[in-house]
Amino acid sequence: MTKGFLAKNPSILIFLAALAAFTLLVTLGSEALGLSFISTSMVKTLGKILCLCLVALAMDLVWGYAGILSLGHMAFFAVGGYMIGMWLMYARTEEIVIAALAQSPLPATPEEIRQGIATQIFGVVGASDFPPIWAFAHSLPLQLILALAVPGLLALVFGWLAFRSRVTGVYLSILTQAMTLALSLYLFQNDSGLRGNNGLSGLQNIPGIGEPSQAAVSLWLFWASALALACGYVLLAWLVSGKLGSVIRAIRDDEQRVRFLGYSVESYKLFLFTLTAILAALAGVLYYPQAGIINPAELAPIASIYLAVWVAIGGRGRLYGAVIGAALVTLLSSWFTGGRVPDIPLGFATLKWVDWWLVLLGFGFVAVTLFAPQGVGGLVDKLQGLRNPDRKGAPLGPDDGSLQEKEAVE
Amino acid sequence: MRHIIHAFLAVLLLALPQIAASPARAEGEAAAILTQNRDLVAKASRQTIGPVIDALAASGDPTAAQILTAWEARRLGQRKSDGAFFLLAPTADGYALTAPDGTAAGTAPKADITELKPNAGVRGLIATALVQFTLSDPDPAARAAALTSIARDPAAAHLEPLRASIDGETDPALKAQKQRLERLLALQYGASAAERIAAIESFGADLGLDIRGALNPLVATKRIAYAANPPAGANLARTLTPGTDIPRTEAYDLLVAANLAPARLTPEEQTAALAANLVNGSVGGVALADLNSQPARDRAYTALETAGTVPPAATDPEVEAALQAHTFAEVYAEPDAEVTAAAQAALKRIGLTVGAMQVADLSLDALSLASIYFLAAIGLAITFGVMRVINMAHGEFIMLGAYTGYVVQLFITNYTLSIIVALPLAFAVTFAAGVAMERLVIRHLYKRPLETLLATFGISIALQQIAKNIFGTQARPLTAPAWLDGAWVLNDVVSISYIRIAIFVLALLFLGFFLWLMKRTRLGLEVRAVTQNPAMAASMGINPDRINMLTFGIGSGIAGIAGVAIGLFAKVTSELGSDYIVQSFMTVVVGGVGNIWGTLAGALLIGTLQKGIEWFNPSNTLAAQTYMIIFIIIFIQFRPRGIIALKGRAAGD
Repeated sequence: MTKGFLAKNPSILIFLAALAAFTLLVTLGSEALGLSFISTSMVKTLGKILCLCLVALAMDLVWGYAGILSLGHMAFFAVGGYMIGMWLMYARTEEIVIAALAQSPLPATPEEIRQGIATQIFGVVGASDFPPIWAFAHSLPLQLILALAVPGLLALVFGWLAFRSRVTGVYLSILTQAMTLALSLYLFQNDSGLRGNNGLSGLQNIPGIGEPSQAAVSLWLFWASALALACGYVLLAWLVSGKLGSVIRAIRDDEQRVRFLGYSVESYKLFLFTLTAILAALAGVLYYPQAGIINPAELAPIASIYLAVWVAIGGRGRLYGAVIGAALVTLLSSWFTGGRVPDIPLGFATLKWVDWWLVLLGFGFVAVTLFAPQGVGGLVDKLQGLRNPDRKGAPLGPDDGSLQEKEAVE
Repeated sequence: MRHIIHAFLAVLLLALPQIAASPARAEGEAAAILTQNRDLVAKASRQTIGPVIDALAASGDPTAAQILTAWEARRLGQRKSDGAFFLLAPTADGYALTAPDGTAAGTAPKADITELKPNAGVRGLIATALVQFTLSDPDPAARAAALTSIARDPAAAHLEPLRASIDGETDPALKAQKQRLERLLALQYGASAAERIAAIESFGADLGLDIRGALNPLVATKRIAYAANPPAGANLARTLTPGTDIPRTEAYDLLVAANLAPARLTPEEQTAALAANLVNGSVGGVALADLNSQPARDRAYTALETAGTVPPAATDPEVEAALQAHTFAEVYAEPDAEVTAAAQAALKRIGLTVGAMQVADLSLDALSLASIYFLAAIGLAITFGVMRVINMAHGEFIMLGAYTGYVVQLFITNYTLSIIVALPLAFAVTFAAGVAMERLVIRHLYKRPLETLLATFGISIALQQIAKNIFGTQARPLTAPAWLDGAWVLNDVVSISYIRIAIFVLALLFLGFFLWLMKRTRLGLEVRAVTQNPAMAASMGINPDRINMLTFGIGSGIAGIAGVAIGLFAKVTSELGSDYIVQSFMTVVVGGVGNIWGTLAGALLIGTLQKGIEWFNPSNTLAAQTYMIIFIIIFIQFRPRGIIALKGRAAGD
């Protein structure tokens, strides 16, 4: 079975090899273990990009394979980040408070410690008590479970409501976008219990492991992200190569027909939606310790649209496309906005890329949608000599952009 | 203030001939009072100067007002050589002096005079004393100013002068105002309970803020702990049972504040006391290492207490006993029970009316919010509702319209004219942008609706960033013409700004325009035909390309006009559009796609809901929006096709 699976999908081995080589390169170049030609902040950026690739994989599964354009997966990503951020912030503050209370003449009582942590964390929003949602923040295992369970449950409930009432296509997109907006507006309030627009900060310090250098921490998180990406990729590749993959592609191409064939379309969609939400949350759990700070702006609806943009540019309906798209666009974006691209003097004005990068991205994206719906992944088809079948003008399916494997291979 | 003083001087000049006729007894009395209280006046403080000012005001001396006015305006001075008081008028090289009895007293250089500089407290007292003179001032403006000043800071002393001035009042409006103020003062400072109750009753269910402001202190209560039963004379609002009416800790704090019980030990005090009595690594027989829990600390403290090293602190059973032994009550600050009862009744009456008015005000607010959503969504009702094209750049068209308005105002400074120019110009600009977008992008994506969403989103981020690059990130003003300033005030509760009324009217106009366009014109007929079946429409001689282009252009153009309207009350920034885009789509989806009445119903539903939720939790508009969106997600469960769903062939599938 395993042999057949890998043999049928040589792209998995290529991907894993490339990822391993990349990880090795970064490890060798890092400041912690290697030759120090890659700065710690660069290692963090690369680690974050790996996490974004993972969430792009999830998006690709739900959009490229199942045809559900969800504009809410970055919300699941951020909720996962919030959940792990709660533990990071609690445990880190606990260390600080205990150290501070050790100066006092009497040994500290548990109440004093808890009160001290609450004052430290919630002082900025004018509160000094723990809201109920922080009940499990003291425990890493519980909070890790929550980090995956809360987004998963959210996706399950939302998906059940939406798919049950047959909300499809653009309506579903708008509805998921509304959900994201509602979540972000909720978190923006000061009494949401998650520090309002201050968000959670200081997440780059991992508590409970002494005082290792940031260089070491960044490398560990980079490895964790690479491992998560590899596992996620293999899992999703295995998922879509089997029967389930065929059914969800069929749902994308003609939902009605699959339903009449006797499949429970809603269950398939709900399963995928929830699974990808959990994957997105996992990516968030790994992302935010590297980013160091999380606030409600991370959940803004626009973040989820960017996610769709990455997947579309990389190429839908192929897992490596999502990874390529996310990596390419985020790298380009940090290159352009980092001020490392020389400005172009136009005589009457200077084209500053920091200001004009988004314009370029926007129009570039329009161009990709119009002229290369298969994105960067389309180039791979060209290399392999695959051609779209000539249907004499009739469409291949409702989603021309997605790779329609079996038919495309002639 | 200055105005009043000027008016005063004028009055005094007019009144001069009468001085001779006034009783000789009063003449010069003001001057005498000043001289008698020389030291007090020179070093006036709010605590001590009251009697002097009262004496001056009551002297009957016509120059008293003059002296007080000068004093308040810091134009009263003392000659350094003999300490005599003079009214000062600055001249080129010093002061022209006027003696307190009104006679001119030559001039003096600045160095010879100490100006009196009364502080704010003293000036307040003087102003109060001056009121009785001002209330009968011949200048109506001065009288009105005096009334305002009394209303702002009422005092018992104002009541008599005010009453005295009512009969002589000639201006009917001012007379009514005086009568109202007289009753307001009477209900607070009236001599007898009957008089005050009559004053309270006379207001009925009046909505004025002033009457509520005057009544509220009458029913203000204070929580008091009594060792035995409350004294007989106290005006009790109710007795309190600790634990049910009042939290136990709060009740005990009352006892402590009244010195009826020893203070409870705070954790900080306990820690400090324990730390201070640390002997040989243990406190009161408890080892230091064991003091990391509250029970252990309590044990240690009790041990110290028995040893007598720390003051006794109340323990829980003691607190309980103390609470049992005392009575707690809410007592009115106002001693008269009949007055408080009348005030309660009046407040209840007023509360009912205010509640009804608030509902009316809320409905107006909801209506106005609904018309804003409707305006923002009506363009979408055409592009999304009729053509089924998802245009994520719709919000940016709204922004484009608002910036067009701003740019027009840069060139045309007359705000009325600039708005009249901006409305069609905004339509033209966004119409052109919409047509260009349709031709270049959307046309190629009619078969791929999800990708239209993405492509238009690409345009949206590009447009937003271009606007940011051109206009910067700070908000640009789009100023409404002066005749739209202010609000239509029905009473103290219900009011609505004219801009919102204008937006409501604009929304109605657009509703009419849309209906006319779709139902009464050739274009509307063709649009409907193309939407239902492009191939059939084409074979009937309609050019679907042209129709699609025009429809999209009109939808976008309306978004531009909405942008001008929205820019009038919101700040124009590059993010203006993205604030409305999700709500606009919601409005269309909730209402029912493809039906303008549905969009109207959706806007009304969303506007009412949001205002309604805000009413329950007024401090938190973010929460209101959150709950509204959640409601909509649930609403879609029950009516997936919106409030007004198209049926049959028009539904398109």
